[in-house]
Amino acid sequence: MLRPAHNHPGYWAFLALRLSGVALTLFLPVHLLMLGLTLEEAADGSSSSPAGLPLGEAATWSLVALLALHLALGLRVLALELLPWCHARRRWVGIGAGAALGAAILLAALAV
Amino acid sequence: MTEVVLFLLQRASALILAPLVLVHTVLVVGAVRGGLDAGEALMRARGSLGWSVFYGLFVVAAAVHAPLGLHSVLREWTPWRGRSLDLAMAALGLLLLALGGWAIRAILR
Repeated sequence: MLRPAHNHPGYWAFLALRLSGVALTLFLPVHLLMLGLTLEEAADGSSSSPAGLPLGEAATWSLVALLALHLALGLRVLALELLPWCHARRRWVGIGAGAALGAAILLAALAV
Repeated sequence: MTEVVLFLLQRASALILAPLVLVHTVLVVGAVRGGLDAGEALMRARGSLGWSVFYGLFVVAAAVHAPLGLHSVLREWTPWRGRSLDLAMAALGLLLLALGGWAIRAILR
């Protein structure tokens, strides 16, 4: 059950930032490992056609969306902590999340 | 390290990562749009000192930012805390540095 204090845009932004961060942290070592293997293969000349990253397109673009979301909501936190803006907090949750998802969709569309 | 120092490192690494992530994302999409797959895009960066420095900074910042963030999440959402958690997150940071450094070394070859 969701506590009343948690049914708030700020809480959803906090949750989305954390969950996207956890997902990206779990993905990052795998990503770096595959990157290194691909580059090593090419450097050794052992494959004329690099292996690339063995992720499906949906997974790849999900990660792009997660990264964009984490970036946007993280910038929101930095703005709240470092800038003297007082009343923009609720708006920035929507703007940040919307900008992130919009950017991810636009980038996915450009890549097609 | 005190909590204040860790908090500042988390925020500083985030400030460094923000523009790097933007550039990286644009590059990836640009490469894919140009008909390259991920491996082929990486090949274009091989031998480039500039890209190695860029991704070197990326790796260092991510190796600081990710474990500190996960540390906060685990401490607040699970019963795990104390020295063992600190050491595990430090190990994660070192793992990310090692894997990232290996990939960057491969770029420079």
